[in-house]
Amino acid sequence: MTEATLRVESLQTHFFTKAGIVKAVDDVSFSVARGKILGLVGESGSGKTVTGFSIMGLVDPPGRIVGGRILFNGQDIVGLSEDRIREIRGNRIAMIFQDPMMTLNPVLKVETQMVEAIRAHADIDRLTARNRARDALGQVGIPSPEERLDAYPHQFSGGMRQRVAIAIALLNKPDLIVADEPTTALDVTIQGQILYEIQKLARETKTALIWITHDLSVVASLADEICVMYAGRIVERGSVDEVLDRPAHPYTAGLIGSVPSRNAKGTPLVQIPGVMPSLLNLPSGCAFRQRCARADDACAAAAPEPVGARRQVRCIHPLTEVA
Amino acid sequence: MTVFIIRRLMQSAFVLLIMSLLVFFGVYAIGDPVEIFIAADADQIERERAMQALGLDQPIWAQYGFFLLNAMRGDLGRSFVFNIPSIELILQRLPATLELAACAVTLSVLVGIPLGMYAGYRPQSRIAKAIMATSIAGFSLPTFWVGLMLILVFAVQLGWLPSTGRGQLGEFLGIHSSLFTLDGLAHLLLPAFNLALFNISLVIRLTRAGMRENMPMDYVKFARAKGLTQRRVVFVHVLKNIMIPVVTVIGLEIGQVIAFAVVTETIFAWPGMGKLIIDSINRLDRPVIVAYLLITVVMFIVINLVVDILYSILDPRVRLADAGH
Repeated sequence: MTEATLRVESLQTHFFTKAGIVKAVDDVSFSVARGKILGLVGESGSGKTVTGFSIMGLVDPPGRIVGGRILFNGQDIVGLSEDRIREIRGNRIAMIFQDPMMTLNPVLKVETQMVEAIRAHADIDRLTARNRARDALGQVGIPSPEERLDAYPHQFSGGMRQRVAIAIALLNKPDLIVADEPTTALDVTIQGQILYEIQKLARETKTALIWITHDLSVVASLADEICVMYAGRIVERGSVDEVLDRPAHPYTAGLIGSVPSRNAKGTPLVQIPGVMPSLLNLPSGCAFRQRCARADDACAAAAPEPVGARRQVRCIHPLTEVA
Repeated sequence: MTVFIIRRLMQSAFVLLIMSLLVFFGVYAIGDPVEIFIAADADQIERERAMQALGLDQPIWAQYGFFLLNAMRGDLGRSFVFNIPSIELILQRLPATLELAACAVTLSVLVGIPLGMYAGYRPQSRIAKAIMATSIAGFSLPTFWVGLMLILVFAVQLGWLPSTGRGQLGEFLGIHSSLFTLDGLAHLLLPAFNLALFNISLVIRLTRAGMRENMPMDYVKFARAKGLTQRRVVFVHVLKNIMIPVVTVIGLEIGQVIAFAVVTETIFAWPGMGKLIIDSINRLDRPVIVAYLLITVVMFIVINLVVDILYSILDPRVRLADAGH
């Protein structure tokens, strides 16, 4: 097997707040190969965004990576100096954020924001950089890119702004893009277009992609592999077909059951009872057991260790056996 | 933009008219200047002659009418006291005040913005806390007291700086100013700092608030995710966003500092407009009061116009559209 573009091993990112230590990411491991798309699925507060920021080296105090390794092209990037990580950030690893209305600086021209991203990593004159920026805008389907370079973010619609953000992410032809719910804030029709574009661009350029979302139906059509996160941990991991067709963890099954489908029209949607526990006050053993129908005393005794190799589940009573 | 400026100028003319009306009648209501000018033992004929000479024998509305007619021709009347055109009197004193005000505002920008940025960037640090504590003192302590203390410490005790007057004036491009000689600068330092202190504190707090508000924003994180240096993120991305409210406040400050330099000018015997207006009010020298207030209003109007234009440059979302449609 070829070396993965990104391999995260037992990553732990904790926030040291006044109320206590929040283990936002606790023992998370996964990897993405070149040209592959990994879907990182979970509810709000499950730690998926913090995982993304950890990879970017953008975890702000009181948060800090306390354990594990992030191997990017074989090199551990945890604990690199700010200057070294800055060379990678935006250059080899790019990120797309959730809300396109908030990610672009409102008072700077699109050109400024694109050219600076190029010139932060390469000694290129302004005009060449501008031409590259224009081509990138064209590549993501923005009409008349030359004129749009001189526009300000507020002159774009939400979907167009997200395209600009994607163009910025693609500028330096990164090896990995972390996309944090990039379609959540968009209209459904635009969502479809953006999904299609990103998928196409990632496949064409052989860029590895981590797609963070709470929406299972989005990753179903997009990803090669899925990691389901719950309370800071990956509870299930596997290929899209395996996870969606034969979920092993009760939480994954609950998520799938709560997606509306045409077949079950008119019947009430299945809900997962209860809410995710506070990360400050996790129950003993399995974090999901209070909401799980299959839980018993064994679940409270100790946190389940991951079972399986490539296909993995953290559950004592999985719905299907993985090996 | 042109339409915006024309409309603004027309509104300004109206403001000026209302202003002059209020001041003219206001001063008339306060008292009769003749009582002050003419010796107590003057007889009735002398009084009448004096009133005729000053035009005070006319009914008030006629006096106002004359004033307006003359004002159209740029003549705002002669000072009752000095018997020279009031506008000339004010323009003699204007450079000293402008010089002081310009220095005070420059100080508040040069000191206030960096300190405020630091205090907002590292809010938990001891230096930031010290800056904030000092800024509270800066805008709570009364100007006159700070002025007296400055004189006491730097002029009397330490003897480093002079405490009164403008010092030696230098000439550059036909402009006479204290800025062009070392002696003049030494004279300027204390009053400028005294006048600036409140504004420095204000700018510090405003900048710090902007910094704290903007740093956690998504666009900052996105800029960092692009691999920009922290320096560029703070000094280009964040600073340009912070400048929007700061420019507004600094614009207002310029007007305030010019109009209300009275206290500082009095303490440091600075021969500016502030001192002139106080003297004129005491003597009910109506033409000078009216002319002074009109000039002040014009300055406020111009500053506000400049601020609005600057605002539209800083914030691309603001267009000086033809408001009112």
